[in-house]
Amino acid sequence: MSATLEKGVRVLKEVIDAPIASYFNSCVHCGLCAEACLFYTETGDPRYTPIHKLEPLRRVYEQEYTLLGRLKKVIGLSKPVTDDELDEWQELVYNSCTLCGRCSAVCPVGNDIVYMVRKFREGMSASGHSPEGIRGAVERTVTVGSPMNVKLPAVQAQMKHVEEDYGIPIPLDAEGSEYMVLLSSMEIMNFPEYLGAVAKIMRQAGKRWTLCSTAFEATNAGIQIGNSDLARLIVSRIVEGAERLKVKTVISPECGHAYTALRWEGANLMGRPFTFEVKHIIEVLGEFQQQGLLKTEGFETDRLTFHDPCQLARRGGVIQQQRSLMNQVAQNFVEMPEAGYMNWCCGGGGGASAIEEGEALRMKAFKKKTAQFEAVRPDRVVTACANCRINLEEGLEHYQMDIPVIGLTEMIAEHIPDNAPQAATQS
Amino acid sequence: MNDLLFLTWVRSTGLNIAIGIFLLGVLWRLFEIYSLGRKTDLSAPRHAPGASGLHTVFRRSLPPPGMLKRSPVSYIGGYIFHIGLAIVVFLFVPHILLVTNLTGLSWPGLPSQFVDLAAVVTMAAMIVVLVDRINKPAKRFLSTFEDWFTWAVTFLPVLTGWMAVQHLLLPYTLMLALHILSVEILLVVLPFTKLFHAFTLFGSRWYNGRANGHKGVPV
Amino acid sequence: MQGPLIDTLARQGISRRTFLKYCATLASMMALPPAAGRAMAEAMAAARRPSVIWLPFQECTGCTESITRSHAPSLEGMIFDLISLDYQETLMAAAGHQAEEARLNAMKENKGKYLLIVDGSIPLGIDGAYSCIGGRSNVDILKEAAEGCAAIVAMGSCASYGGIPKANPNPTGAVSVSDIIKDKPIVNIPGCPPIPAVMTGVLAHYLSFGTLPELDDKGRPKAFYGETIHDRCYRRPFYDQGKFAKTFDDAGARQGWCLFELGCKGPVTHNACATTKWNGGTSWPVESGHGCLGCSEPDFWDAGGFYKALSMPADPLKFVAAASVAGAAAGVAVSVANRGKKSAAKSAHEPTTLTDLEKSS
Repeated sequence: MSATLEKGVRVLKEVIDAPIASYFNSCVHCGLCAEACLFYTETGDPRYTPIHKLEPLRRVYEQEYTLLGRLKKVIGLSKPVTDDELDEWQELVYNSCTLCGRCSAVCPVGNDIVYMVRKFREGMSASGHSPEGIRGAVERTVTVGSPMNVKLPAVQAQMKHVEEDYGIPIPLDAEGSEYMVLLSSMEIMNFPEYLGAVAKIMRQAGKRWTLCSTAFEATNAGIQIGNSDLARLIVSRIVEGAERLKVKTVISPECGHAYTALRWEGANLMGRPFTFEVKHIIEVLGEFQQQGLLKTEGFETDRLTFHDPCQLARRGGVIQQQRSLMNQVAQNFVEMPEAGYMNWCCGGGGGASAIEEGEALRMKAFKKKTAQFEAVRPDRVVTACANCRINLEEGLEHYQMDIPVIGLTEMIAEHIPDNAPQAATQS
Repeated sequence: MNDLLFLTWVRSTGLNIAIGIFLLGVLWRLFEIYSLGRKTDLSAPRHAPGASGLHTVFRRSLPPPGMLKRSPVSYIGGYIFHIGLAIVVFLFVPHILLVTNLTGLSWPGLPSQFVDLAAVVTMAAMIVVLVDRINKPAKRFLSTFEDWFTWAVTFLPVLTGWMAVQHLLLPYTLMLALHILSVEILLVVLPFTKLFHAFTLFGSRWYNGRANGHKGVPV
Repeated sequence: MQGPLIDTLARQGISRRTFLKYCATLASMMALPPAAGRAMAEAMAAARRPSVIWLPFQECTGCTESITRSHAPSLEGMIFDLISLDYQETLMAAAGHQAEEARLNAMKENKGKYLLIVDGSIPLGIDGAYSCIGGRSNVDILKEAAEGCAAIVAMGSCASYGGIPKANPNPTGAVSVSDIIKDKPIVNIPGCPPIPAVMTGVLAHYLSFGTLPELDDKGRPKAFYGETIHDRCYRRPFYDQGKFAKTFDDAGARQGWCLFELGCKGPVTHNACATTKWNGGTSWPVESGHGCLGCSEPDFWDAGGFYKALSMPADPLKFVAAASVAGAAAGVAVSVANRGKKSAAKSAHEPTTLTDLEKSS
């Protein structure tokens, strides 16, 4: 069995629903979605207009689900969707879309364009029109367990390093814990301080937590390629692990689409509500702060700004917590223009950063970010997504802007004294 | 067929056909679109004040932060011509009388000189957004025959109505008949073109607001 | 009486000055310059009375009533002394064969020069037998009389456009003069009936200048039919403010508010009623509290009803229920087909595996 156009069209027929029908029939070609998309604003190329990225889907909808469209097909007046066309569209649907959702936030008739792109990717992936880079990531996640080929031994090695560096034990498969912590491969490989930070914070808060040996990976390339079957396979490992360990809450790490995959798509992929809660680490830190369980010392004194990851803020609903946390440890926290729920994407989400041939476009789009930074001239940028971190670093380097990028959880943990009194551990 | 008979035809048979096709089309299309249904979201919702489908139905009429500066013509031109159309259609007394006759509802209207001004402003705004559609790359790229056609079909009723009142170009009876005919054309094409957004925008905004409200984001 | 008009007028106590004032008024009503008024006075004063034949066809005699309704001593009546009315069934003394002979003689003697006035429509049904005079159909009489005439004045809406006999379903096959006669100058003076001054103004113009006045695209003299009632109506400010009488005796009606809602056809009716008025300037329908019927427009009987405002549908809407049911049915049918298609696609779902991400070829 392999991908065919017919399969792809069939999948699209499955996913087209009333919202999509309503959206296509409401579009008045006003072009405002283009003005909200950094791929259009920084290139001026109208092909990157978000609603245009959906043109083949629109035709499938018209030809399959409208009476007039079907009549047109019968008398031969409609243009069928072809493999060549989907080939042409691959760049638009993947390279020039990070599923950031700004288009959905501005459409005056209310079209949720990012929702439609996500559904369109189902057909694109099933018909063999997905980018090599993301396919590789999916393959590795499905077969090995991580898009960067990280296996359990590597995780255990990192655990050992962190235990040594921080002097705090890292639990593995501790049944009945309150929190099950997930990691992203990016963190395990590039930012291992995250694990140490979590350990410190949990110890101070007196919370029981654990990693899971069969479900340590949070990222879900299946969501990025847009294939529910594969996404389900990947997310089911987390669900199985959380249920096996009987945890109350699963914590999604500093990663964007991992949160979306588990928190919002997870239950729908599994076909049943979860028996556990899902929270982003920033949400959890926000709760600890509210409950007085986050006691920090000292402040960062340099000029800091915060980059809101799209999947956390606009698409996840976690907007205020990061600001309260910043204010706890930063004396000079300034907001970029349009920060918060209307923040501009780093340009690397939704699988885009895995697409090698899309790099030139990403760098062009990054000019939007440089403009935001130039408006506030920070000394450092803080964020809460490992993928954003990598992309910001790459972009800043490309434009020769010397602004280090750090993670929020890490920064918070640095202000927790090493000998902080432990709260009574709750069982 | 002289102009009075033409006027009588558009006031009787023409109107019958147009309203008939309009009602048929609207009902058919609403069923066609919304019967596809939507799967229930099984993820746990986040509750935030002001984030819901209904909120978005209203709030989306305002430009989101940063967008007005980016596209002033789209927003301001759009507001002016939509509000202008509403004034001309719903606050001009002869139009109100038509609705009263058809439905029994009635409400006060504006003096016709104000409606006259509103008509001129509406037409000016429509021409501005037309020029903008030609000038702006994204809009021009997206535009198909349907966009120009629906613009004309919306513009002509305002133009012919205004010309009738002003006694421009053609004798009044003929101009009035053409005005009513142009409205009938608008009614007939509305359910089958992008003009149907007049009905579907409520559903679209509602779905969008609901999906985002589920996540606790007021959009 | 064949002497010049000015003598006739003097005998009836109308001074030359009064006559000059009348001509000036008439000229100004027709928007002609003062010089025209003087020209009309001179011409009419010295006029030898031309022969006029008045043919009544399928009519109610209302036009004759209107024209001859003089408030003595109205000058409308005097003008009739200007012409030699050689045939007019209501007014002439003769009847029967003598009347017909008078007509034929006048037509022979003044061949090519007499003015033909027609009122009433001309039925064409059953070979024109629906209306006959002296055993001959109207259409035959008209064609015969039109042959030798100089010009035709179609008096009233019936002669101009077919009028009430032509109204739906037009059982007699009534048509207008201009539907039958195509080769003579015709001036339509519509109205049901027309205003007397309009008739005399047109005649005065013809007698003074030998031509018919400037006509609009419906053959009506622009001088009298150039404006709509609505544009000259004294109640127009109420229209513009939206103040309408809702019934004939409500508070609005008593305050003289606009009669648009009560069916006034002023906006689509061209006539001089709002300015010239009736009965020597006494009043006119709207001023008396009733909306304009539109009686000087073609087919005004079939224009949707006298009491239906122009903004209302002319007929009640017929298809609302049927269209709604059909729309809902079509919608439901498509919905069923759509959902069937969607669930078929779902049943035929083949879960994607890793290899399925690659294309087959």
